[in-house]
Amino acid sequence: MELTRRNMMVLSSAALAASSIGVLPAMASLADEQIAELTGGAEMVEGELSISAPEIAENGNTVPIDISAPGAVMVAVFADGNPTPAVATFKFGPLAASHDASTRIRLAATQNVIAIAQMQDGTFQRASAEVKVTIGGCGG
Amino acid sequence: MATGVKPRVKVPKTASAGEAVTIKTLISHKMESGQRKDDDGNIIPRSIINRFTADFNGQNVIDVTLEPAISTNPFFEFEAIVAETGTFTFTWYDDDGSVYEETKEIEVS
Repeated sequence: MELTRRNMMVLSSAALAASSIGVLPAMASLADEQIAELTGGAEMVEGELSISAPEIAENGNTVPIDISAPGAVMVAVFADGNPTPAVATFKFGPLAASHDASTRIRLAATQNVIAIAQMQDGTFQRASAEVKVTIGGCGG
Repeated sequence: MATGVKPRVKVPKTASAGEAVTIKTLISHKMESGQRKDDDGNIIPRSIINRFTADFNGQNVIDVTLEPAISTNPFFEFEAIVAETGTFTFTWYDDDGSVYEETKEIEVS
């Protein structure tokens, strides 16, 4: 095959896809491990907890996310495709109005952003959003 | 060492009692993740803000633990209930031990 620019693009994207397939499951389990550690293996239900993030993020260095967790005392956010999955933990105090918060996070690649909320009665809720990342935010 | 750290906070000047006010905070900080390498291939050590808290008249509003996955210049937006005139205190804790503090008054009618 003649090594044209077009061919190079095809090759490199194929290689990238192959490598990310190889790497992703290991990282996903790392996030699962941390979530299990947090919840103590408790069952998680879907509830009023929601997380919103853009479907497509052009720049993984700063992806706006928005969590809404009525009745939660604590919300932990994980990104299952990052080298370190933990993103942030929000604890709401007595003066927090709506239990909403927004921030901006880094995502290394296309992945799921997962929010785990601990409710006042000690149960856990889970919500997730998939974000497609065009340029990763790991700076590597 | 983090340089040029500057906190910025937006709080309404007045509110009515029991109202939920929206607060926006941003602090200039490079949030070095500890994943990046310099030109020689050495890992640049992690240097981030690892905790952010907001209090109103001594009572907690929000307490956030930050990990390296938070973007440069960490930004937070949240809501607080104000029952009386008072002062918001915002505190950021740096990996290097520095503590940055910012206060804002709010008048409640």
